[in-house]
Amino acid sequence: MSGIVRYGSYVPFNRIQRSAIGGGRGERAAASYDEDSASMAVEASREALRELPEGAEVDTVAFASTSAPYTEKLNAATLQAATNLPKSVTALDLGGSTRSGLSALLAGIDMASAGRTVLVAASDVVVGAPSGPRESGGGDAAAAFVLGGNGTEPIARLSGRASCTEEVLDVWQSPGMPFAKQWEERFGASIFTPLLVDTFARALADAGVAASDLARVVLDGTNARVFRGFMRPAGLDPAQLADGMAGTVGRAGAAHAGLTLASALDGAAAGDRIAVACVADGVDVAVFEVTEAIDDGRPKHSVASWIGSKRDDLAYTTYLKWRDVLPFEPPRRPDPDRPAAPPMQRAERWKFGFLGSRCNRCGNTNLPPQRVCVVCQASDDSTMEPYADSECRISTYTLDRLAYSLQPPVIGAVVDFDKGGRMLCQLTDVDPDKVAIGDELEMTFRRLYTAGGVHNYFWKARPRR
Amino acid sequence: MASKGICDRVAIVGMGCTKFGEHWNRSASDLLVDAVQEAYGSAGIEPDNVDAYWLGTTGSGISGLTLSEPLKIQYKPVTRLENMCATGSEAIRNAAYAVASGAYDLVMAVGVEKLKDSGFSGLTGSAPPGDGTESGMTAPANFSLLAPAYAEKYGVDLETMRDVLTKIAYKNHYNGARNEKAQFQREVPVEKINSSPKIAGMLGIMDCSGVSDGSAAAVICRAEDAHKYNDNPIFIKALSFVAGPSEGAKRQDYDFTTFPEVVESARDAYVQAGIEDPREQISMAEVHDCFTPTELVLMEDLGFSPRGQAWKDTMDGRFDLDGDQPVNPDGGLKSFGHPIGASGLRMMYEMWLQLRGEAGERQIADPKVGLTHNLGGAPGRCVSFVSVVGL
Repeated sequence: MSGIVRYGSYVPFNRIQRSAIGGGRGERAAASYDEDSASMAVEASREALRELPEGAEVDTVAFASTSAPYTEKLNAATLQAATNLPKSVTALDLGGSTRSGLSALLAGIDMASAGRTVLVAASDVVVGAPSGPRESGGGDAAAAFVLGGNGTEPIARLSGRASCTEEVLDVWQSPGMPFAKQWEERFGASIFTPLLVDTFARALADAGVAASDLARVVLDGTNARVFRGFMRPAGLDPAQLADGMAGTVGRAGAAHAGLTLASALDGAAAGDRIAVACVADGVDVAVFEVTEAIDDGRPKHSVASWIGSKRDDLAYTTYLKWRDVLPFEPPRRPDPDRPAAPPMQRAERWKFGFLGSRCNRCGNTNLPPQRVCVVCQASDDSTMEPYADSECRISTYTLDRLAYSLQPPVIGAVVDFDKGGRMLCQLTDVDPDKVAIGDELEMTFRRLYTAGGVHNYFWKARPRR
Repeated sequence: MASKGICDRVAIVGMGCTKFGEHWNRSASDLLVDAVQEAYGSAGIEPDNVDAYWLGTTGSGISGLTLSEPLKIQYKPVTRLENMCATGSEAIRNAAYAVASGAYDLVMAVGVEKLKDSGFSGLTGSAPPGDGTESGMTAPANFSLLAPAYAEKYGVDLETMRDVLTKIAYKNHYNGARNEKAQFQREVPVEKINSSPKIAGMLGIMDCSGVSDGSAAAVICRAEDAHKYNDNPIFIKALSFVAGPSEGAKRQDYDFTTFPEVVESARDAYVQAGIEDPREQISMAEVHDCFTPTELVLMEDLGFSPRGQAWKDTMDGRFDLDGDQPVNPDGGLKSFGHPIGASGLRMMYEMWLQLRGEAGERQIADPKVGLTHNLGGAPGRCVSFVSVVGL
């Protein structure tokens, strides 16, 4: 039976306190100035793809988001390139509703049943109008799943599912609107609660399980009021509810159902049954059964470890500047150049895949790849190798207060890789006062800047999280 | 390296140099007219006498028309060239080799840069269309890597290191205060240098060279013709230029305490000029003090100080105007300013004045051999020029 073969999650490093926004408890996760839904999807996908079981070769990539960096240009192609998946993949972008994350997961399982191996990444940067509930209650995060059918051992099988679609005006955003709007929540609840009760019951029936059999229930949706009248008719006990991370992450749009499922899987044992419901423009419910393979299938980072690794004092004005909500005085430096299409195409395996060239003659690593080796000058005699997951550290560094950045100073570091190779690159997710020579780093996929509507993606280094 | 050199075969017989600074009311064309006409006058020649021109500029114009148009040069060869911050020196080198070859008898090397029209801080360059993966670090950030690396390697505590960098800035401003063509003609108190706003790493604004507009020019001929034009010509002993393979940016064994490109260009120049002991034989030098730690490292790469000793020599006053081996007597990039394409020629202009005893208040006693050093790029990835000139 088809199911989840591997999974991964990503929560960005920065948190903003709700008290700094104007009220409320806890904090929300905020993508850094150099992140977007595509770059965060890459981070979560790297987690999911790190150690695939034998026989699992991804041939399909789906990216789900309501904050896709490009409205036209395939965001899933960025995901494919940055994770070094083969160019023969089928790739698609999904969006339009925060339910698209769970819908994509279900669609991916259907494709897996048809013999495909599918990477589904759901990711969102949720920006609400200043002082509104979406700004305060939203969060930024990503989740990724590799879905497989026959021939791969899943860590969680899909045992039942049900859906419902409703044409209703609940949350909407049309082109040109800077922020999404939501109709009065009491109205939404009156429509969605009965639909959820019904759809949930159908899914349990499909899976052949009772509500009391569920070890965990993930409830996600645009409208928290929907769930108030749901628990009792559904026969659920509040103790079964998965933590929705409202106080630590916030609702991460299309990623949230997947992120909460990932968190449930982090703590699941073989035999556990987990139901996931997402309520937005209708309802999707999936029921999973965790298998014995779970203990070998967990990612390097749990959701809890991402949440625990943070800087939690992001200033509100900085946050608004990062999200392009608040205009600000630019540095007295030229705007960065728009990267050009042909050079990006030629350098794709470096820029996106982060492959270096290892000299076949002397073994030296050249970053970026070189035709002529910098050590022995051997020409056109090297092998491309991945460096994104390689251990590396700071050889030396400087704080550049003159360079263009949304978060000055730019920290420029000379980064040496343990398996060879050196590059000069920017550090991110780091306190400038705490950088030291010798610090261990890891590479992270980022959006360096946007110029002329072109997002310039490349890799930076960050302290290990 | 196998440069044979042209020691004593080529002479400089006239020079011109504008004041460097913020010339809001002067275009690159205006600055070129000023510098070139001053050089014509200095050599006592008419424009018709010049057979060919080399014009160095990194971004203030393209093609030879940048020079021929404002000066109305009458259908002569004008080569426009660029080699980052060493552009002005490259103009001299190419012009000198042209007369040495016998192809021309009298040529000019000219440099110009108009930086203050951009409205931006620091240098701005226009790179070719790229893939967007460059580090994006600025020049002060790249050069700031030298200071902590040097301090670490030679056991200099960071407070002392700060004093050394401040001493270099202080010295160059002291010299520039005695130069009416310098951008900044004031001494700067040590406390002000120490507390200037931070730009990159340890470097404050007072560790950085001046961003300025300016132009300079030299009239060059073969040595045997020199006295036709000028009773006091100066002679080229060596011209060396190196473009590195960019090893330091890619190899883990590079430690940011030296420029291998400078070491090699200096070695080559000393062979050409027959210099065996640069610390003793070079009377004075104009070096590429784009940022204060650059000058420190250059003192060792050029062989003026043993490895690990330049910071002591600096503090002991060896490189002061009245020291044993004055460095940047005209104020250097720090105080004279750094209009990129003009800087290499400005360095030579100071050699011209000093060797001919025309440096006024900052005249060095009886200099015999001078050196200019010009660098472009960043530690680990640069080009380097060294010349030796004398009487």
